[in-house]
This record gives sequence, structure tokens and C-alpha cells, in this order.
Amino acid sequence: MITSFLLKALDRRVSLALLAILAIAVLVPVLNLAVPEGSPFHVPTYLVTLFGKYACYAALALAFDLVWGWCGILSLGHGAFFALGGYAMGMYLMRQIGTRGVYGNPILPDFMVFLNWKELPWYWTGFDHFPFALLMVVLVPGLLALVFGGLAFRSRVTGVYLSIITQAMTYALLLAFFRNDMGFGGNNGLTDFKDILGFNIQADGTRSVLFALSCLTVALALWLSAAIVKSKLGLVLVAIRDAESRTRFIGYRVAAYKTFVFVVSAMLAGLAGALYVPQVGIINPGEFSPANSIEAVIWVAVGGRGTLIGPIVGAVAVNWGKTWFTAVLPSLWLFALGALFVLVTLFLPKGIVGTIADWNAKRKATPTPPAGPAPAPAPAE
Amino acid sequence: MAHEVASQALLYLDDVKVSFDGFKALKGLSLVIEPGEMRAIIGPNGAGKTTMMDCITGKTRPDEGEVLWDRGAVDLTTLDEAAIAELGIGRKFQKPTVFESHTVEDNIYLALKADRGPLATLFHRLTGAEAARIDEILATVKLADRRLELAKNLSHGQKQWLEIGMLLAQEPRLLLVDEPVAGMTDAETMQTAALLREINASGKSVVVVEHDMAFVRELGVKVTVLHEGGVLSEGSIDHVANDPRVIEVYLGR
Repeated sequence: MITSFLLKALDRRVSLALLAILAIAVLVPVLNLAVPEGSPFHVPTYLVTLFGKYACYAALALAFDLVWGWCGILSLGHGAFFALGGYAMGMYLMRQIGTRGVYGNPILPDFMVFLNWKELPWYWTGFDHFPFALLMVVLVPGLLALVFGGLAFRSRVTGVYLSIITQAMTYALLLAFFRNDMGFGGNNGLTDFKDILGFNIQADGTRSVLFALSCLTVALALWLSAAIVKSKLGLVLVAIRDAESRTRFIGYRVAAYKTFVFVVSAMLAGLAGALYVPQVGIINPGEFSPANSIEAVIWVAVGGRGTLIGPIVGAVAVNWGKTWFTAVLPSLWLFALGALFVLVTLFLPKGIVGTIADWNAKRKATPTPPAGPAPAPAPAE
Repeated sequence: MAHEVASQALLYLDDVKVSFDGFKALKGLSLVIEPGEMRAIIGPNGAGKTTMMDCITGKTRPDEGEVLWDRGAVDLTTLDEAAIAELGIGRKFQKPTVFESHTVEDNIYLALKADRGPLATLFHRLTGAEAARIDEILATVKLADRRLELAKNLSHGQKQWLEIGMLLAQEPRLLLVDEPVAGMTDAETMQTAALLREINASGKSVVVVEHDMAFVRELGVKVTVLHEGGVLSEGSIDHVANDPRVIEVYLGR
């Protein structure tokens, strides 16, 4: 059942994309670790980390596209799930510091000693175990999505109203995490990480492994998204996007479907956030900022919503542009981003990948106009 | 007496009242549909035809009155749209509503009777029996040669037919069909009447709301005339067409 579900996702386009991602996952670390530094083919470690960051963004974009591109839910709070996954990983990394902190307290992270706390809050329990932390990375965002999404979709909150309340959700979390007595390091967040699973977090080898894992996460997100959108459930999601009330009158519980895809998406976003934090070395409440969630919308719009590959292309391209732009003309970046969004909406409504797909379809259609009955669809496997 | 009627009826509406912000859309509407019956419902704009459908399908909750299904066994006013659809009540909207970015066959596939739970749907695979059923339905609604076309590329009339096909795929016991021939050519209208009669002959009950008198005459079934939220007249087409109250409502004073 599960195998056929996963295998069905592997059409030519998805398989090629998966192979390309896996090739990058191997190639970049090899060029970093095995090629000597003087060589023109050497990839410096800072680039490995930068690409790793892009990969995390790409996974977030894929997660977001699952709800927006395929089910029409314009969540403007997806950064919250990313940040929660990041915080869960950050908590594990904090506990790994042990006595190497400024205050040398074996149990309490520095900021808690600074606040004069005597013991670890109950919700920090277990985060010294990696498997537990990993579980929380997906469970916490998933649970929030289940409760928040479940209530919103049951009450039939849709369209711009849903966008506004998701935005409010991430903003509320931003304010909450800013408070010192929340126990997540307040304004400064969690940082000064030393190692992960016993490996030095700054070491080239660790960076390369984190990069490869980030690529694997993108591959996983792509495969899972493809399997979902090609299943019958995927057809229902598009049906909801295009004619919600029709779907309901056919007998589908729209709220259950939306909640399902929202939760899956939140879990993927959490995983992306968890890989992001060890690479950038810090997680603070700024990650909950509504602007982050909106940026993710722009990546997907630029790449092409509902195209599977588009979100990856969009996330990498826009962030590459951001890296370049903020180095050359830092003060103009936000204007450039805004202009990009407006231009894409006006001239490339289907995004880069969607537009290319249209061209290809047209090119194929021109020499042989569809005549006569189309071939019968492949029988059920 | 009332419950005796309810215990025989497939669908039983008694004294249903609905108002929106003070506007009384239905003022005590009563209607009985027998198992296997086809009924035409006519009435001028604002007579409450669509509100009646909304009450039956769970989109609108009546303020007062009973809406009972299956010989009085189920109270439809307590259920949501999806639950009512699963009981076997299919609805076709006035404006054809199909899934535009899906192919014609996928539209039917989605409507096919099956477990509607998200997990069952996620792992569902098209079975041979389902494929055969899709072929059958596409043949019935004459869209077999356009099965791989996106639904948005269909003509208006074809969309209406696709929607009827989707209704059939749900295997409902009752079809509620809102203005199926709006915007159709005369030939298409007559074909649609034949199609609905064929569906009815296969044992399904059908309620058709329509303005087109030629079409209603072609159906040749009992007619209910709605006016200002209640039943004005009921009987054969000739009976209602000669009813002075109906003439007054349709032709004005």
C-alpha cells in the first residue's frame, strides 16, 4: 500500500529532480572535503553552509506549496512551524553545551543561570536526548497545526481571513518567545552551540553532513509532496482549491482534508527548521517574524505554485539573489523583493517552472494538434 | 397522519421555515417525494427553490419544520453537507460546478462512491470495477471521447452533463438537479430530459428545478409550483398550467 503510494510519485520529472538533489548532496561535500583548498573546484565551507541554508528554505517552500499551491490555503504563518522545529533542535543543542557554557552549569543553559533560575523548566525535560528532540521537531509544529488548523477549518475560515489569523498566530508566537520568562532565551534566543551528537558543529565534516541531510530533507519533501498530490487525496486537494463547496456536496469533509495537509506541511516545515538551526548557529524569535512567512510565499510564487519543482527553484533563486543583493545594495533588498513579487504576479503568474511547462506544452502541441480520441489512461497498477 | 406520510416517503419536508435577516425565504414549505419518483419544481425567481435545496443538502438550517429522509429514519437538519451526501443525496448546482483543472474522467473518479476518509483516500487505488464504472458513466453522459480533456475546456452544456455524470457516480438515491438545461440548445435540452428519465427509470428518485416549460413538459411528471416560499399548486403539468393561481403568478395580475 505504502510502497505503491510512494512509487506512483516517481514520474520522469520527479525522479530526475530527486537524482539531481541527491547528486548535489554528494558532490558539494566531496568538493569541500576531498578537493584541496587551492583547487578551482574546491567549495569553501562557508558556501557549504550557505547552500545548506538554501536547502532548508527549499524544504520550507515545498511544505508551504503543499498547502498553498495544491489546496489553496494561503497560510501567512508557515514560518512559525519552521521556527518551532528550529527551537526544538536549538533546545537539544543547548543541552549539549553542558559545562562549556560561560557559567559552567552542567544542567542549566547560560541564559537561565543569568535569570537566576534554579532548575530546568519541565518543558525542557528530555531535550538532552537526540531522538526525543527529533520527535519534538515534527510533533510540536504538527500539534499546533492540528489544533489551530483543525479549529480554523472546522469553522470554515478561508481566504484572506485565514491568511490574517495565521499571520496573527506567528506574530503572537514572536511576542511570546521574546519574553524571558517563557524560558527560550528571550530576545537572544538560543545560540553558542558546541556540538551535535558529539560532533563539533563548526567542523567541516559536520557542516558537510548537515548540508547532505538538508538535501535529503528536500528530496524527502519533494517525494512526499509528489506522492500526496498524485494520490486520490491530491485530486481532492485540488478539487477543494478550485470548488470547495462542490467537494463538500460530493461527500468529502473539506475540514479533515485541509487539516491533514496542513499538519503534514507543518511537520515538514519543522524538519526544515531543525536542520537550519545547527547550520546558522542561532535561533531567536526573529524567525517567527511575519515577514519570514511572507518571503516563503514569494519564493513559491516566483518558482511556480503547484508545480512541485517550482518551490525549490524559487527558494534557491530568490535567496541567492538575496545573498548577492544584500552584499551589493543592502538597503534596496526589500524594495527589490517587493518589485519581484509584483512583477512575477503580473507577468509570470505561474512562476518560472509553470511558465516553462506551458511553453513545453505549447511546443509539443503545435506540430501535432490533438486529433481523434486520446489514448486510454494507464490501467490501475 | 403526518407521520404516516413520512414513513412512506423518501424525502419529507413539513412546514419548513427559513428567514435571512428578516426576509422569509421559506414560509412553511411542505413536500413529499416518494421512492423512485421524479418531480419537477417550478416557480418564479425568489420562490424559494434554491433555499429548499439548501435545506435538504445541509447548507442551510431551517428555523422551523422537519426535513426527514428515508421513511422518516434520518433527520437531515442535524447533519452536515458531507454526511448528507453520503446518505445518498446528490446535488447539481444551477451554475455548472465541475473541477475545472481536473480531467473529465478525474471529475467522475472523485465523485465515485467510495470511502471519503482522508487516509482511505490517500492510499486509494483505482480498481478495475471503478474504471469500468467510469467508462459506463462517461458513455451515459456522452463524454467518453473527451475523458482526458480538462473540464474547463468543455462547453457549457457538456459541463452540465459532466455534473450529472458526477451525480450518477455518487450512486445517490435522490438527485437534486437545479436548472439542468439553462443555456442549452433545444436538442441538448431534449437529450437531457431523456437522460434524466433514463436515470429515473433505473430506480433513482429525481427532483428537477427548472424554468423551461418545454423541458418540464418533456419530462412528463408531477409538477410542484412554488411561490413566495410555499407550495402554490401541485399536479400534472396540464393541471398546474390551468390553475388560475399559477397563471396569475406567472402572467401577473
